[in-house]
Amino acid sequence: MENKLSSQERRKAYWRSNLRILAALMSVWFIVSYGCGILFVDTLNKISIGGAKLGFWMAQQGSIYVFVILIFVYVWLMNKLDRKHKFNN
Amino acid sequence: MDVKTWTYIIVGFSFALYIGIAIWSKAGSTKEFYVAGGNVSPIANGMATAADWMSAASFISMAGLIAFAGYGGSVFLMGWTGGYVLLALMLAPYMRKYGKFTVPEFIGERFYSKTARIVAVICLIIVSVTYVIGQMKGVGVAFSRFLETEYETGLYVGMGIVFFYAVLGGMKGITYTQIVQYVVLIFAYTVPAIFISLELTGNPIPQLGLIGNADDGTPLLQKLDNIITDLGFGKYTTSVMGSKLNMFAYTLSLMIGTAGLPHVIIRFFTVPKVSDARLSAGWALVFIAILYTTAPAVAAMARLNLTEAVNNRPYAEILNKEKLESNKKYKWISQWEDTGLLAWIDKNNDQKIQYSLGTAFEGPPNFKENIINDKVIAERNPNVGNRIISNKPTNNDNELYVDKDIIVLANPEIAKLPGWVIALVVAGGLAAALSTAAGLLLAISSAISHDLLKGIIKPSISEKQELNASRLAMVGAILVAGYFGLNPPDFAAGTVAIAFGLAASSIFPVLMMGIFSKKMNRQGAIAGMIAGMGITLLYVFQHKGVLFISSTSFLGNMEPNWFLGITPNAFGAIGALVNFAVAFAVSKTSDEAPKEIQDLVENIRIPSED
Repeated sequence: MENKLSSQERRKAYWRSNLRILAALMSVWFIVSYGCGILFVDTLNKISIGGAKLGFWMAQQGSIYVFVILIFVYVWLMNKLDRKHKFNN
Repeated sequence: MDVKTWTYIIVGFSFALYIGIAIWSKAGSTKEFYVAGGNVSPIANGMATAADWMSAASFISMAGLIAFAGYGGSVFLMGWTGGYVLLALMLAPYMRKYGKFTVPEFIGERFYSKTARIVAVICLIIVSVTYVIGQMKGVGVAFSRFLETEYETGLYVGMGIVFFYAVLGGMKGITYTQIVQYVVLIFAYTVPAIFISLELTGNPIPQLGLIGNADDGTPLLQKLDNIITDLGFGKYTTSVMGSKLNMFAYTLSLMIGTAGLPHVIIRFFTVPKVSDARLSAGWALVFIAILYTTAPAVAAMARLNLTEAVNNRPYAEILNKEKLESNKKYKWISQWEDTGLLAWIDKNNDQKIQYSLGTAFEGPPNFKENIINDKVIAERNPNVGNRIISNKPTNNDNELYVDKDIIVLANPEIAKLPGWVIALVVAGGLAAALSTAAGLLLAISSAISHDLLKGIIKPSISEKQELNASRLAMVGAILVAGYFGLNPPDFAAGTVAIAFGLAASSIFPVLMMGIFSKKMNRQGAIAGMIAGMGITLLYVFQHKGVLFISSTSFLGNMEPNWFLGITPNAFGAIGALVNFAVAFAVSKTSDEAPKEIQDLVENIRIPSED
């Protein structure tokens, strides 16, 4: 019985951490695309990156690079979490 | 060698490869047929997913869309890549943990309801069939334009190739061909981009060329802005698509639509474990990003190139100069008239092409032709050489009609690249169309054989019988796709965008709630799917006509009638919100999901057993 309870708690703790990771990464996802690429694009366009306006560049290039990095950060964080809670077999 | 010979060689070689793989990877069990045996490596699956996902539209039309929409075209770039973040974080790992064969199977089991499974099958089939029509059309068009066959012949050849490896090999055959198809298409896409970037900016990396300087020292994008605003077009770097709100909704619709496409989700059933599914989504996005970050560079450079190549220049000069410079190899301007992607009407009779804002004439170009000795001969202007059209000119200065697809297809020729590069682009377009078509056909056939037949109608059939049924369903799906390719329904043009709207409003929300809400019950899920899909279809139909027959549209496709200025294509996000809201409201009025279902949800949330 005790063993089962601790297994239940382990699952709960794992899921809570998982949701926290998702919330953090999805915030970045939202900021780089909807934030930088659409909502605040005019402000960012006042800054330039090379020969391009930053807002335009975020919408057509930068957001995509950040998306790629986000998934690999997610993979890394989740693998760490799996090991911590011994769900990695 | 001329372009056509090169095209036959390169396309023929790629097709021979696909057939070779088909013979080598014959599926022997339902597990091999549905999920390629479940042991595909994360990188290989990432590559296959990229090809599965990038369609004829991504390859041929997207850069053109961006080229003429400028900043507004960003919705496609962010929407179609950002969806992978959603897929990787919210669906793929849990779907893999569930570990069965199809998306409706998950929905049916999670919501303990055959009705839910049937509704999911219907959603899946509507989404996938609308999507596959566009791919089949793409194959037919590529053949007729470049190999000068009949459209129908091209379609039959495409159907034959898919038939071979999808029916024999199922997911196993599709996976390995998709890997090869990815290599073909990415090579075909990046090689011309590198050449063009070098020519315009001196930088071989298109992504850097985009933010670099043009040959006169001004930044490329600034030069483009200057040139096109002089001609009356909006600024490339700031033109909004509709409104900011519309862009927001459109991007969101494309993102959740991407994450809800069944043929992409089932690719994640093919990797060995949950951590592989996460990693695989990352690799898929890397492979997709290579094309998606190149596309905006191609778009801006090709727009600049095209505008400079034609505007205010005498037609005859372009034609003759091309003939002189390249030994008659690239008569691109007359060739593109022959394909119907370009047409010129000399309104002011100065024999020069004026290219500015506005449509040059009414309707699509209608070229005059004469029939001499049973042969169709194009009627050309004897003095200048351009093809004569019979359309009624409009009352503005623009004389040029340009189809957006020309950006990718004609770019190598406008930039005077060698014939094999052009042939490569054709093979790449075909690879993109075939790989996506095969993935969609598998999603359709597995929904029929596994969900409808094995799951609902006759659960007693043996594995061998199911495997035969799945092959038969694949044959049926190919024939249906081919039929619609031959007789494209009126709505074929806008179908891919609609498919995304429907996936966004029906499939994505129900999967997400299935994972993230333990208590969500079957009543909520079914009501949500029907409401989400229903309102999206209603909105599209009321503005674009019932089944896209425009005379039956009851509000008209006019901006004042759009809800908050949101275009019908961008409505999927609203449909998804409705789906969520209805599902939660309905689920509150009935009992929560039973204990064993809640245990199932808890189980898919963790990556392995204790």
